[in-house]
Amino acid sequence: MLEVKNLHAWIEGQEILKGLNLTVKPGEVHAIMGPNGSGKSTFSQILAGRDHYHIPDGTITFGGKDLFELSPEERAREGIFMAFQYPVEIAGVTNAYFLKAALNAIRKHHGEPAVDAFDFLEMIQDKMALVKMDESLLKRPVNEGFSGGEKKRNEIFHMAVLDPKLAILDETDSGLDIDALRIVADGVNSMRDEKRSFIVITHYQRLLSYIVPDFVHVLVDGEIVQSGGKELALELEEKGYAWLQQHPSDETDEESVAG
Amino acid sequence: MSEIDHSEGTAPVAPGPSTPATTEDAIRQLEERKYREGFVTDVEQDTLPPGLDEDVIKLISMKKNEPDWLLEWRLKSYRNWLTMIEPTWANVSYPPINFQAISYYSAPKSMAGDQPKSLDEVDPEILDTYEKLGIPLLEQKKLAGVAVDAIFDSVSVATTFKDKLAEVGVIFCSFSEAVREHPELVQQYLGSVVPHRDNYYAALNSAVFTDGSFVYVPPGVHCPMELSTYFRINASNTGQFERTLIIADEGSRVSYLEGCTAPMRDENQLHAAVVELYAHKDAEIRYSTVQNWYPGDEQGVGGIYNFVTKRGLCDGDRSKISWSQVETGSAITWKYPSCILKGENSIGEFYSVAVSSNYQQADTGTKMIHIGKGSKSTIISKGISAGHGQNTYRGLVRIGKSAENARNYSQCDSMLIGDQCGAHTFPYIDVRNPTAQTEHEASTSKVGEDQLFYCASRGISGEDALSMIVNGFCKEVFDHLPMEFAVEASNLLQITLEGSVG
Repeated sequence: MLEVKNLHAWIEGQEILKGLNLTVKPGEVHAIMGPNGSGKSTFSQILAGRDHYHIPDGTITFGGKDLFELSPEERAREGIFMAFQYPVEIAGVTNAYFLKAALNAIRKHHGEPAVDAFDFLEMIQDKMALVKMDESLLKRPVNEGFSGGEKKRNEIFHMAVLDPKLAILDETDSGLDIDALRIVADGVNSMRDEKRSFIVITHYQRLLSYIVPDFVHVLVDGEIVQSGGKELALELEEKGYAWLQQHPSDETDEESVAG
Repeated sequence: MSEIDHSEGTAPVAPGPSTPATTEDAIRQLEERKYREGFVTDVEQDTLPPGLDEDVIKLISMKKNEPDWLLEWRLKSYRNWLTMIEPTWANVSYPPINFQAISYYSAPKSMAGDQPKSLDEVDPEILDTYEKLGIPLLEQKKLAGVAVDAIFDSVSVATTFKDKLAEVGVIFCSFSEAVREHPELVQQYLGSVVPHRDNYYAALNSAVFTDGSFVYVPPGVHCPMELSTYFRINASNTGQFERTLIIADEGSRVSYLEGCTAPMRDENQLHAAVVELYAHKDAEIRYSTVQNWYPGDEQGVGGIYNFVTKRGLCDGDRSKISWSQVETGSAITWKYPSCILKGENSIGEFYSVAVSSNYQQADTGTKMIHIGKGSKSTIISKGISAGHGQNTYRGLVRIGKSAENARNYSQCDSMLIGDQCGAHTFPYIDVRNPTAQTEHEASTSKVGEDQLFYCASRGISGEDALSMIVNGFCKEVFDHLPMEFAVEASNLLQITLEGSVG
C-alpha cells in the first residue's frame, strides 16, 4: 500500500531524513518511535504533502501512485489521513460544516453524490459515539476553544468519518490524560481491519500499550536504525534511545539524546 | 546544495506544477483575480466636457429642470468647496486629483429630457447591462421582493415596483424625480444630516450631484419589500456623484440595499457620494451595501476612488439605524458610515467587511456620536488584507455629556493573507459622561499555511479552504445582512478571492 524508498529530505540547509525506507501493507499498524528531532514529524508532514521540504532523492508510492505527483488534498481524497499533533483552529466555521465539506470533496473524487446536512448528521452518529464526542462540538467552530483532549478526539472523529485507507497519527498521545488516551485508542482499534493501515508516530511506549502495533521502527537522526515487533517498544522504554543511537554510527553523542 | 535534476531518473524533486497550496501561491493568484463586471456598455452618451465652474453647475441644474432653491444650494456648496482643503489624514496615498479633468455629467442620450421614461423607452443596451449584472428590470423578470432603482452614470434609468410601494404610501424614486414630485420633502431634509459644508467631498457632491435614490416611509408603515439601488459607472473620465436620502417617519421600518460596479479602465475614476438617513421616533432603517467598484488591475493601475460620506441621524427616541457593508471593490475606499444617536435609547449599529487585495487601499470605519440618554451602539469590523492591500479601520465613539448610561461595544478584527499586506486600526474613544460604558476588542490573525494545509489534509482544495476561512471570519457581519444579500456577499467574496491558492 505504502512504499517509501531511500527518502532524503532537507529543510533550511539541514538534512532531516537520510535515506528512509518503509513498507506498509494493507491492515498493518506500524509504530514509528524516536527521540525529539529524529525526523518523525518531518516524515508525517511529507506523507501528508507539506511542501516545506527539499526532497533531492527517494520515492514514495501509495496504492501504486507516485505521491509526489499528488497535492495534499488529492492525497486526502486518495485515502491518506493525518491526525495532527497540533490541530488547527478555524474561526466561524462549524466543525460539522467543515467535516461535511471534507467528506463531500472526497466523495466527489470517487464519483459519489454529495451528502446533504440531514444524511450527514445521520451518518456521523455512531462515529461520534466511537470517540464519545459531545454533540455540541459539532456546532462549535473547528477546534476553537476545544480542550487538548477534545482536539485529539476530534481528529479521530474526522478520521472515522472520512474513512481513510492509511491513517497517520502524529503524536496523537501528546498532552492526553489516561482517559482520553484510552478513548482515542479505542476509536483507532475499532477501525482496524484487514484493509486499513496505520502509521502511529509517538515518542513514548505508552500509546502502544493501547494501540498494539504489528511493527515498531525506531527513527534516529533521520534513519530507521532498528525494526521489530511490538516487544521492541518495551525494550526501548526500558533502555532509552541512547541504546540504539550508538549502533548506526560509531559516534556516541549522548548530548543529543534528549528526552 | 546542488539543485537536483535527475532527468529521466526516478527521483522526485520538490513538487512541481501540481504544487500544493502555499501562502505564496495564494498571494500570486489573488493578484490575478478577475473582475467580472468590467465590461463597457456601448451607448451614445450626452457627456459634459471635463471641468468644473459655476456654469457647469448651472448646466447640470438646468438639465434636471431644478427649482431655484436647489441651484442656490448647489452654488453655495460649490463656493464653500472652493475654500476647503482636500483631506490628507486618511491612511491612503494617491496622486493629486485634477478636478478640472473630470466630467461632471454623463447620461445616455436616450435618457435625455426631464420626464421619466417608461421601460419600453429605455435603450435595450442599458437594460441588457443590468441583466448581465444580475439585476433584471423588465416587469416579467423583476427580482421578487426587491424594488430596484437603477442608476447609470448620472441618471436613474428605471425604478421597479414603484406603484406597489405607492399603495402603502412609500415613496421610492430617483432623486431627480423626488425633486420634481416631492420638493417639500427634499427641501426639508436635504443636507439635514450631512450639511453641505460637512467635508471636502460632501461639499463637492452637494455642488454637482446628479442622481441617486429617494425614499420616504410614512408613519407606522413597515416597507413591504427590500428597496435597493444599483449604481453603475459606464462612461470614462466621469465622476459619479450620487445622493441618496432616506427618511423613515415615526414608527416606520425600511431595509435598503446598495450595489455598485464599473468597467475596467486604466485611469482612476472618482465616486463621491453622499447618503443621508433620517430616522424619526421608533423608526428603523437598515442600510446594506455591497460595494464592488472596479478595484484596478494587479499592478494597481486604474480603479475607482470611492470617497463617500454616509451618515444617519437617529433623531427620535428609540429610533435605530443599522449599517452593514461589504467592501470588496475600489482602488481606494474612504468611507465612514456613521450614526448620530440623538434620540433617547436610540440604537446605532455598524457591521463591516472590507477586503483589500492587489494594491487596494481601504480606510473605513464608523462614527457613533452618542447624545441621547441610554443610546447604544455596536461596531463589528472585519478587515481582510491580501496581496499588497492596505486595510485601515478608523472609528470614533463619542459619548457626549448628555448621554447618560450610553453604551458602546466595538470589535475590530483583521485578517492578513500573505506577508506583503497591512492592517491598521485607529479607534478613537471620547467619553464625556461617567455613566457611559464602552468596550473595545481587537484582534489580528493570519491565514497561514497551517490552516490551508489542515483543510487540504482533509481533502478540501486551497480555494475552497480560503473561501471557507474568510467566510468564517466574516460570519458575524454576514449574519446581519438581508438573506439574499448575504448569499451575494459570500459569492462575491469567493469571486474576489478566486484563484487565490493553487
